[in-house]
Amino acid sequence: MPRGFRLQASNVGKNRHNVKVYNLIQAGNTFLVQGAGGQEMIRFLVNGKAVEVDVDPATPLLWVLRESLGMTGTKFGCGMALCGACTVHLDGKAMRSCVAPVSRVEGKRVTTIEGLSTNLTHPLQRAWMELDVPQCGYCQSGQIMSAAVLLAENPKPTDKDIDEAMGGNICRCGTYPRIRKAIHKAAELANAGRAK
Amino acid sequence: MSAPAMVGRREFIRTGAAMGGGLLVSLYAPLPGGSGSALAAEEKDFALNAFVRIGTDESVTVISAHSEMGQGIYTSLPMLLNEELEADWSRIRVEAAPVDKVYNHPVLGMQMTGGSTTSPAEWERYRKMGATARVMLSEAAAAKWGVEASTCRVENGVVIHAATNKRATYGSLANAAARLTPPVNVPLKNSKDFTLVGKPTRRLDTPSKTDGTAKFGLDVTVPGMLTAVVARPPVFGGRVAKLDAREALKVPGVRAVEQVPSGVAVIAERFWPAKLGREKLIIEWDLGPNAGLSTEKMLRDFRDTALKPGAIAKKTGDPEGALKTAAKTVTAEYDLPYLAHAMMEPLNCVVDLRRDSCEIWTGTQFETVDRRNAAQAAALPADSVLIHTTLLGGGFGRRANPNSDFVVEAVHVARAAQAPVKVVWTREDDLRGGWYRPMWHDRFVAGLDANGDPVAWTHTIVGQSILQGTLFESFGIKDGIDSASVEGAADLLYGMPNLQVDLHTPKIGVPVQWWRSVGHSHTGFSVEAFFDEVAHAGGKDPYELRRKLLAKQPRMKAVLELAAQKANWGSPLPPGVGRGIATHFSFDSYVAQVVEASVGKGGAVRVHRVVCAVDCGLVINPDTVRAQMEGGIIFGLTAALKTEITLKDGRVEQGNFDDYQMLRIFESPEIEVHIVPSGENPTGVGEPGVPPVAPALANAIFAATGKRVRRLPIRASDLA
Repeated sequence: MPRGFRLQASNVGKNRHNVKVYNLIQAGNTFLVQGAGGQEMIRFLVNGKAVEVDVDPATPLLWVLRESLGMTGTKFGCGMALCGACTVHLDGKAMRSCVAPVSRVEGKRVTTIEGLSTNLTHPLQRAWMELDVPQCGYCQSGQIMSAAVLLAENPKPTDKDIDEAMGGNICRCGTYPRIRKAIHKAAELANAGRAK
Repeated sequence: MSAPAMVGRREFIRTGAAMGGGLLVSLYAPLPGGSGSALAAEEKDFALNAFVRIGTDESVTVISAHSEMGQGIYTSLPMLLNEELEADWSRIRVEAAPVDKVYNHPVLGMQMTGGSTTSPAEWERYRKMGATARVMLSEAAAAKWGVEASTCRVENGVVIHAATNKRATYGSLANAAARLTPPVNVPLKNSKDFTLVGKPTRRLDTPSKTDGTAKFGLDVTVPGMLTAVVARPPVFGGRVAKLDAREALKVPGVRAVEQVPSGVAVIAERFWPAKLGREKLIIEWDLGPNAGLSTEKMLRDFRDTALKPGAIAKKTGDPEGALKTAAKTVTAEYDLPYLAHAMMEPLNCVVDLRRDSCEIWTGTQFETVDRRNAAQAAALPADSVLIHTTLLGGGFGRRANPNSDFVVEAVHVARAAQAPVKVVWTREDDLRGGWYRPMWHDRFVAGLDANGDPVAWTHTIVGQSILQGTLFESFGIKDGIDSASVEGAADLLYGMPNLQVDLHTPKIGVPVQWWRSVGHSHTGFSVEAFFDEVAHAGGKDPYELRRKLLAKQPRMKAVLELAAQKANWGSPLPPGVGRGIATHFSFDSYVAQVVEASVGKGGAVRVHRVVCAVDCGLVINPDTVRAQMEGGIIFGLTAALKTEITLKDGRVEQGNFDDYQMLRIFESPEIEVHIVPSGENPTGVGEPGVPPVAPALANAIFAATGKRVRRLPIRASDLA
């Protein structure tokens, strides 16, 4: 049983991929899982929901998200942490989920593009839409998730900061000039939001 | 609810076919998703023709006959249709067309997306479909009110009869309108009256590409689906000689290991066990005739071949004579490598093969060809094959494969799996899977007169044909010349009194294919880099010489001048920075670009700024044109600075983004795009931004360092 999760037994359900999905009960700053058995199960939080998966612990988190949990917003691009399409947050830090065995996230909080905001309200999503950043769109979940960590740590990034933070994310369509502009725009939107 | 709108998918296929390719099918509601919820929606959704449905909830669904691969067509086509329909733009949705003759490319006669042709080809049809639907809605309202349709007008999705102060929304009229006979020859607006076309318009697909909900082929799941990876031969054309699958079958989750024509499929419950299973396969390959292929040897062969005369693609005047009498001659040779498309979404395909049907979900640019090839592989009639076109995570030509390689293989795997299956290509599978932009060698000799003006230009091209052996051979190869090998060279826009372009087409066992901008991806570089050499050899400013030789090409001359003016051609630059210029005509569009670049110690190239001017005729969505020029420039810079596919002992030496590197954000220059206003018909946008940037960069490097770039990708060692 990983430390830090608490689940309500009445909310335990099971989907067709042999994944149990729970609603999270938060008590202060700690989370506890209750009522789940099985020695092989791996438990973690995805976008605030606790999940328990029965897979080979060496399976990369990317495939657990996409196949076991049906969350396909996180993309497969290279399988070697070279392109950033699979970027998610692990306890608030950017992580390439294609090379992270799911065992590494046991008991931790994972945020995916699906959990960045509800209804496209994150400043990055607003900026992305205002500047029509995506072309094919395949890499954009990863781009946005990398940018979200940058903005969380650095509310007013320079071009150089953006280059450093976003250098691991490839866009084959070549949306880089717009990604740069949109990150500046998102910083403005976020700062305006804070100022209110 | 009326019976007509309840026509199901199967019925539609028959109905569509019975229409004999006519444009108007008033009795159907296509359902690419084929799900229960979509069926429920049908009752409230009425097709006014094959390209637009209107719902009682005021939703307007535009059916896209073309695939969205980033080029913005899911917004441009609805813009064209709604320019005439005049529905409320905020209610517009877009849906991929099923495969049917009615959705064939109006010029190319098959359902496909490519060649930067969608906007030029659909420019009229989508407006006509919108106009026809609008008239039907007006007629339905007029009939309801007992007034003349000609006395009604429409505004933002509402039909209005001003004299009687009556109003009816499109949604309330859709059912009645769908029963009317479609009018013929509805007049279209004059372009000066456009209210939507030509205005910067937000893309309809951006929200779903910003929150992770956009569905690409790799995101498709169907009930009971298994996942497979395929072990393909390490050498093109190789075959399995001996297979030992015992260890692979022991991997938990692996269901089966089966030989298919393209290799060995490992079929599993999910991707990860399939991949682990593949690593455990023991395969002895019969490597076949290509095991000796080597890029180094091919380079030497190409250079030798170029010294011999090839098949004449173009000859004007007396180039040989003019070279003999020239005051000065200039000779140069250029080499360009095989290139992989490297879409961010690796190839994939889902197939559900049944006894009498084959249902396919994939991101494809080539529905008609894929259906034909899949039907053959499935041993079914073509109309038993359904294709659901998803969003494409990049295409660049790779997803328009003449053999439908990734689709046909998935049909074979589905047959072996006896279950619906998703075949996933890893990055390595994708990069090593062939179907590359061909490797090219170009040899030029130019003759200059005593004033330094070019009077003769000969250009010998060596490289594989992409059309040979495909169903496009008769269409694209004439007298031994593949038009795609010499485009951008044989149709040189510069006035040249004595011109010759000849071609050698070696046969090599590396599968080759169109790659964003096709033949122009190589001729754009070689022609414009050599032009710069010719200008300098004659003591001319490369911009001024271009202007002079474009005297009879006003549209190209105008973009050249615009790019030069916006880039302040001739103005001083910081020390070490050089400026280069290039033009290229492709897909009927005119593009000029100016690059500012410098070369650091050790030969590292830095691209500071790119200024681009484009004339692509009448612009549908200006922001899309800008985006495609920006993207084309970055795509072209990646080819200029980064990528090559090489072979050794028949094996591709690159496998992932560590050895096949893409340009990254920190290498991405400032880009400015200027669009020439035009009333001419729209021309290509997706590809024409690519060709000029590599030569403009090479010319900038010469301006900065005095060193000529004659092979791509540019190597630091060539500049150090």
